[in-house]
This record gives sequence, C-alpha cells and structure tokens, in this order.
Amino acid sequence: MGWEEWLISTIGRALAYGAPLLWGTLGEVYAERSGVVNLGVEGMMAIGAFSAFAVAQSTGNPGLGILVAAAAGGGAALIHAFLTVTLRANQYVSGLALTMFGLGLSGLLGRGWEGIPLKHPLSPVTVPGLAEIPVLGPMLFQNQSIITYLGLVLAVVLWVLLYRTRWGITLRSVGESPATADALGVNVYLVRYLAVILGGILAGVAGGYLSVEYRPAWTEGMTGGMGWIVIALTIFVAWDPVQAIGGAVLFGALYHLSYRLQPWVAPELLKLMPYAAAIIVLTFVGLGGAQRRRGAPGALGVPYARGEK
Amino acid sequence: MKRIGPFVVERRLAPSRGAVLGISLLAVVLALLVAAVIFWGYGVNPWHAYRVIFQGTLQSPQGWAEVVRRAIPLILCGVGLVVAFRAQFWNIGAEGQILAGAVAATGVALFSGLPDPWLLPAMFLAGFLAGAVWGMIPALLKVKFQVNDVISTLMLNYVMMYIVEWLVHGPWKGPTARGFAYSDLFPPAARLPLIPGTRIHWITLAVGVAMAIACAFLLSRTKLGYETRVVGQSQDAARYAGIDFLKVTLWVMLISGGLAGLAGAGEMAGVHYRLRSPAHISMGYGYTAIIVAWLARGSPLAAVVTAVLFGLIFAAGDVIKVALAMPFQVTDVFNGLILFFLIGSELLMYWHVRWAPKRAESEG
Repeated sequence: MGWEEWLISTIGRALAYGAPLLWGTLGEVYAERSGVVNLGVEGMMAIGAFSAFAVAQSTGNPGLGILVAAAAGGGAALIHAFLTVTLRANQYVSGLALTMFGLGLSGLLGRGWEGIPLKHPLSPVTVPGLAEIPVLGPMLFQNQSIITYLGLVLAVVLWVLLYRTRWGITLRSVGESPATADALGVNVYLVRYLAVILGGILAGVAGGYLSVEYRPAWTEGMTGGMGWIVIALTIFVAWDPVQAIGGAVLFGALYHLSYRLQPWVAPELLKLMPYAAAIIVLTFVGLGGAQRRRGAPGALGVPYARGEK
Repeated sequence: MKRIGPFVVERRLAPSRGAVLGISLLAVVLALLVAAVIFWGYGVNPWHAYRVIFQGTLQSPQGWAEVVRRAIPLILCGVGLVVAFRAQFWNIGAEGQILAGAVAATGVALFSGLPDPWLLPAMFLAGFLAGAVWGMIPALLKVKFQVNDVISTLMLNYVMMYIVEWLVHGPWKGPTARGFAYSDLFPPAARLPLIPGTRIHWITLAVGVAMAIACAFLLSRTKLGYETRVVGQSQDAARYAGIDFLKVTLWVMLISGGLAGLAGAGEMAGVHYRLRSPAHISMGYGYTAIIVAWLARGSPLAAVVTAVLFGLIFAAGDVIKVALAMPFQVTDVFNGLILFFLIGSELLMYWHVRWAPKRAESEG
C-alpha cells in the first residue's frame, strides 16, 4: 500500500473513530456553555452503549437501539442536572458519581450480553456518486456511518444555534453570568437543565454508535476512557462546536493509529497515546494563554442560587 | 425562614456535627434502598442479598478481617486525597498513583538485588516516590500551564494502566508465569507478614493510620498545613498573603500521590506478591478513595473511618460475587448511588427544623 492510500484510509477511519468523540464533545460543549461541567460522560456513554446493544439485539432494529441510547443518556444526565442545578451539589463530584454509577450499572446489567456479536448491526453507507471522487471519495464517502454524517451536520447546526440565534445568546449568557441572565428574565434553571440533558442525549448516541456499529457487540467498559477524552476535547476545542470536528478527528486518528501501528510498537504502549496526547495538547493550550480568553464560560462549575449572595 | 405547619425551617451557616452524621447515614441507607431495587431488577431477592452480605462480612471475624484488608489501600489513598482536596486540587489520579507505586515496588522486589532486610523498606520508599512523581506532574501542569487537574490526573491513570499492561505482557513478563500476564513472584523477603488467620498485611495498615495522624498534624499545626488551607479557601487570598502556590501544590501532591504509591506498594508486598493486570491490582480503590475523602470532610482521621465503611462495600462485592454470582461492578453501583445521595443531601444539612407552633397573637 502506497503512503497516499495509507493516509486516505487513515483519515477515513479517523473520522469513524472520531464520531463518538464528536457526539460526546458536542454535548459537553453545550452543557459547559450553560455553566455545568458534566464529568459523567464516560458513564452516560457506557449506559448508552449497553442500552443500544440490548435493544438492537432484542428487537433487531439498530436504529431503535440508538434512539433508546439517546433517551438513556438523557435520563442519566437528568440525575446530574437535578443534583447540580436544583440541589446545587458539587459538579465534579456529581459527574464522577455518574461515571461510577453508569459504568457499574452497565457492567452489571450487561453481564449476560457480554461478548455476543450483534445480529443486525447498523451498516456503514457508501454515498453513491460522491464515493467515486478520487481521494475525497474513499476518504469521506466510503464505508462511513450515517451517525458520522449526522454528527458533522449537528456540529454545524449547533454552531449556528450557539452564535447566530437568540437561543444561543441565552445559553451563553446563562453560562457567562447567570445572575444577569436571571435579571433579564431568563429561566437559568430551565436552560441549564436542557443543556445538560442535551449533553446526555448526545453522549448516549456516542455510546450507542460504539456498540451497534463500530464494534457491534457489548463488552463491559467498552467506552475505554473515551468519555474522559471528550472532557479534554471540550477545553481543547475552546467550547466551539465546529472546532470540535477537528479535535474529534485528531483524536479519532490517534485511536485508529493505536491499532494501525501495532506491527511496529507494543499495542499497550500505543493505546496510551490518546491519553498522553490529551495532556500534551492541553499543555499547549495553556502555553497559548488564559482559558478565559479562549471562551471558557465565566460561571463554569459554579452553582446558581436565585436570590442569594 | 420558612414555615411548614408548626415547624420553622431555618438556614444555618455551618451544619452541626449531628446533622452531618445523621443525614450522611440517612443518605447511605437511601442508597442501599435504591440498590435493592437494582438487585430486584437483576433477579436477586434484595432481602436475601443483604442478608448474605451481612453474614459474609460483619457476622464473622474472617468477614471483618476482609473488610479491614480492603480498607488498607482506601485509608492511604483517602488520607492523601483529603490533603489534596483541602488545597482544592482535584486529584482523581489516585488509581494511577497506586499503580505507579506498585510498579516501583515490583521493580525493587525483583530487580534491585538489595539484601533481604532492606527489601521491604526500599519497596515502600520506591512506591512512595513513584506515586509522588506521578502526582506532581499534574501539579506542575496545573500551576505552570493551567492544565485542568481533573483531566490531567485522570489521563495519567490510563497512561499508567497501559504501562502496567505493557510491563506484564512484555519486559517484566515472568519466565515462570507459564504464559500468563504476570511478573515473577516476589522473593519471600519482599512479602509482608500477615496477621495469622487473616489476610491483613498489618504493617501497611499501621503505616496508613500513622499517615492519617501525621497528615492531621500537618494540616492543623504546621505552616505548610496553614498554607494548604489558605490556598484551598481562596487562591487570591493566598496570593495576597505571599504564599507560593507552586510550592504548596507540589507539596500537597507529593503527599497525596506518595500515599497512593504506598498503597500500591502495600498491595504488591501484602496481597499479590507480583505485578499483574492493573484491574486486578486496584479494582477502583483510587476512585473509591474520592468518596472516602469526600465523606471525611477534610479530616484525615475521619478518612480512616470512612475508608473502613468502603472497605465493607468492597468486601460485600466479594461476597456477592461468590454467593450470588453477580459481577464485582456491583460495588461501582453502590459507590455511585451513595455518592449521589450524599451530595444530594448536602443542602439539607444546612437546614435546621425547629418546632415552633404559631401563637394566635403573632399571626399575620
């Protein structure tokens, strides 16, 4: 295989591996834009992955599996929203609890489903016509998932919503200065609830994609730390949905290369690449200047209590 | 102030000790009730499950011994995390720091060639240093490059996990391990004595309790402890007071990571006697220690008590696995639920309900 082909297939696979990262990151970007950090992404993805697999396997309908994964992710996020928004609990601790709970519950319920291949996985698509284009065709339009394409469209839609609509201004103002938003008549609690739940729905889809398409089977802990990469990516892409595409593809490439380079390097050392890379990119981000100027929401991580100092 | 029937609900500035204890206990009980629903959904009679757990843990001396054995790494990590949390450093990396300590201890045990009496002290020292280094990297990154501590400590968990995987599949794979991913067994001089009839490696336990006392002293009676508390209260205040943020953060993570490293060395020398797959070495002690520390509310001594509570949950996980054929992930479900209820009840602790029936004349 020539290096061009190698590069083309690597980018194609990077996109496929980047899809769950993209979905997860888009969700976390929205949650954090409203001022709520959700460290539960790993747990919500695990719940999504398991519920998608269980539903797809029992009904034979992978699409339904993805929908249920979205609902399950949203439901899990609702716990986090209730604890952090209504009860004003520490966001870090609540998110960690959600991850423990999600990994534990999916591991427990998934016991009997472990390692069985999915009968009807979501099949990859090849876009007719476009797939024939040289270079771009094999890179972007052959053997890709419909979820990858939906993710790309969603990134653009969420970007437009965030920066070009009233809704976006409302969301950003809640994350920036909830007291001011409240004074202007915005329902801070409602906005935060919706943003966190949206984050959970997208994380659920990310997990569902893993178990019904990427590796169509359920294994305990199959999210393998992707949820944490999502948290790092959210900072790396400066809370911007379109930049999230680039970040997701970059880390998708690292995940893919950790399989691709196995003939030359020990697989265990390759697998640590994405995690080491996450620290390295955030160090470079830190070299570049303060988080605040890059778009970090001003009230990130701070619970809002109406009418209190 | 709110009035509900004859009761008056007031907000307190600081929760009373009784309220903290009572509400925390209530939260744990509620978590166990929700877990009962999950048991039931799994097809296991929850009443039966809890009875089996009780019989397997608290009803026999062996059961208690297992609770204590499971609590040992939780004490060390929990105390370390209390120190880190006091400085508002979110060390979620105890899991990786345990593994770092385990790797260093294994290196000393198998390859140092030290004379027998020096082996165990050297293993603990190496474990402490390795955990400390693994903990100080995120400290440096946070202060110098504003890298979020949650993310860096977490990522280093995965990095260390794969390093251990690599060691046991590659360079350190023991020639006598018959194809399994283990290192060779440690020589007898690199193994800790056990309390007879139990699996308690009491030296690590004693080290843990001593460290809890030392850290309590450090936090309340020394300059570093004072600076740690100021940094934790407000970084701005610390800056105005001329406190060196970098120095304090590095010290705090030296202790926090070092104690987790000691826990790793203890597990190696007291339980496993060889390096093996990371999931077998730690099983989530580092993450559970976060709850241990959170429950201890900034007190290293209280962390010893809360560590025993979660030692009980780990021991219960073992019992459930054997007696009810349920996977060990049950402990994660317990942990997550308990944490949910604990932080959810936090606000309640600030409420003070008082019996104050309305008198006719004061109405309106």
